[in-house]
Amino acid sequence: MTAIQILFILSAVVILGAAVMVVSTKNLVHAALYLVAALFGVAVLFALLDATFLTVVQVVVYIGAIAILFIFAIMLTRREMRDQGEQLNRGWGAAALIGLLTFGGLFMLLSSWRGFNGTAAALPSGFDGVVELGAALVSTDAFVLPFEVASVLLLAALIGAVYVAGTKK
Amino acid sequence: MTFWSDPINFVAQWLRDVFTGWGWSSGLANAIILLLGALVLVSFAMLLDIFLVWIERKVVARFQDRLGPNRVGPFGIFQPFADIVKLILKEDITPVGADKLVYNLAPILSLTSVLLLWAILPLAATIYGADLNVALLYLVAAGALGTLSIIMAGWSSNNKYALLGAFRMVASMVSYEIPMVVALLIPTIITGSMSVREITLAQGDGGVWFFIVAPLATVIFLISAIAELGRSPFDLNEAESEIVAGFHIEYTGMKFGLFYAGELLHAFTFGGFLAILFFGGYRFFGLENLHPLVGAIIFLVKALIGYWVIMWVKYTVPRIRIDHMLGFNWKFLTPLSLVVLMVTAVLNQALAGSETWVYALVMFLANVVVGWLTLEILRAYSRSQRKAEEPVVESVAQAAHH
Amino acid sequence: MQSEWLYIGLFLLVGIFIPVAAIVISALLGPKKPNPIKQSTYECGMETVGVNWVQFKAPYYIFALIFLIFDVETVFLFPWAIALNQSQPGVLGVFVAVEGVIFILILLAGLVYAWRKGALEWM
Repeated sequence: MTAIQILFILSAVVILGAAVMVVSTKNLVHAALYLVAALFGVAVLFALLDATFLTVVQVVVYIGAIAILFIFAIMLTRREMRDQGEQLNRGWGAAALIGLLTFGGLFMLLSSWRGFNGTAAALPSGFDGVVELGAALVSTDAFVLPFEVASVLLLAALIGAVYVAGTKK
Repeated sequence: MTFWSDPINFVAQWLRDVFTGWGWSSGLANAIILLLGALVLVSFAMLLDIFLVWIERKVVARFQDRLGPNRVGPFGIFQPFADIVKLILKEDITPVGADKLVYNLAPILSLTSVLLLWAILPLAATIYGADLNVALLYLVAAGALGTLSIIMAGWSSNNKYALLGAFRMVASMVSYEIPMVVALLIPTIITGSMSVREITLAQGDGGVWFFIVAPLATVIFLISAIAELGRSPFDLNEAESEIVAGFHIEYTGMKFGLFYAGELLHAFTFGGFLAILFFGGYRFFGLENLHPLVGAIIFLVKALIGYWVIMWVKYTVPRIRIDHMLGFNWKFLTPLSLVVLMVTAVLNQALAGSETWVYALVMFLANVVVGWLTLEILRAYSRSQRKAEEPVVESVAQAAHH
Repeated sequence: MQSEWLYIGLFLLVGIFIPVAAIVISALLGPKKPNPIKQSTYECGMETVGVNWVQFKAPYYIFALIFLIFDVETVFLFPWAIALNQSQPGVLGVFVAVEGVIFILILLAGLVYAWRKGALEWM
């Protein structure tokens, strides 16, 4: 087993453990903090895959913005920091079964794909993902239209947020 | 490569030979060398931090017409060591109802988020840690961890003042992150790279320091860095006259010390980034070519000057109100930074391939024009505000007269 | 880049170790004499009233939302900023810059909307 595989297994365990804690802890702020741990683990996975840009974006956007937003939302909406209700409802057995079946199905489906247990070819030396991404984003042959549409999407999100928040007053 | 011309890499190479000589694999040897490098750099940063406590206390004393620490050692230079002994021997009090785990994690994360910045600082041409191709976003990402540590501290202390301080701090930090990131985009455009090493290299050997090419971006970065640090005039997080100490109100002893150390080192590190991004980093008119350590000293002196400017602002300007602070960011700094960004981007493309001095001159003039227009708009706005308020003032004066 | 990330990962470990060591040393050497008064919440000597986890003003949330959108925007702009210098000089290069300018202008329209709707006021 290579060092990268050990690191992958470690971070996968952290991500899954944190994810289980997100749904099982009764304290809402703790749930948000466990979510941060899970998201950080995903950033580590990106770093292991040599996806430099995605690593930092994962931390900047998910931990720096979305997690903060979650914590603000919890503090704004809940008087009780603790969830008093039961953690499990009657359907948990069926839900676990469906979850297992979905996992098994996906496993079967993906195992026929040749990338499933193959090794990816090494990146050429001097490959700079950010430069490639930038060139693709501005090239008319590639993603310039999605790039502009993304800004319209963000505009719509901003207007929606301001509108929804504004009607409460 | 000899010891004298490049000591750090010479030692690293020597260690690599020793380790592989012991029969270790090259990967393991490399990892151990990187670990040792990280240890040395973190220890250096912490030692510097101790020294910064002394500088900060001396400088604030001078600003306030006092002498500052002057009893322990010459000029009180050993005062911070006495402080550390005191902090270690203090009782660690955890308030009732505090969330123990989060409460203890917050100061650790606070200092770690600052130390992480040191991993990418290029101290000299051959002395640098990680040469990331996304270093500027990494800087923002480390700031995100710092924000998280503050919200953790404020929430877990089980104290209303702490929570208020944390919320104010987070609101200001996240707001001012936008102009800061936009200011970071401008050196990226000029250099064509996010790596801090590339940005430093672009400012020497035929390039100019970027504060000439982008003076407005320099100012915007400085202002938003001060807000990001939570230092006066943006220190609403610990406004001692209303919420005592803000998010770290309940912390005592060494845990308070960690927040304090983190704050000082953060300010110094941002002075360093100001030097790297806009003032040539370790470069000083070819002097850095003498020896890598000379480059490191030049860098540290520049960072210290940046830190001094941040202190100067801190001890001169009074605290501003939260509505003014957010208004200043969203209604002034963010639009201005985006306008500067658009002008820089278009001009950078239009001037591609031209001489360096033409490029620098046109960029500088464009910044002057944008700055002048901004001032004119502000002047017109304040004139209209005064006009709107004048009748009110007069009627109040008359009422007082009667 | 992997050796860079390895270095940063090791740096993270060292960076966590140092503050943990400071806290542990202080916990070993410092006195431990807790009592209820000492451990009570410090709010300027006033008795604490009500629960400590209070609800917050809505504007905090609105500012966080606006921040989130601009944060995502700037993340998009970084690859664009790098592509600028890599593109060909001349008209085509200016075109690349204009693509980004349009992107920014669309978002500035959003900022103007938020401003006009009063979402940037602290009320």
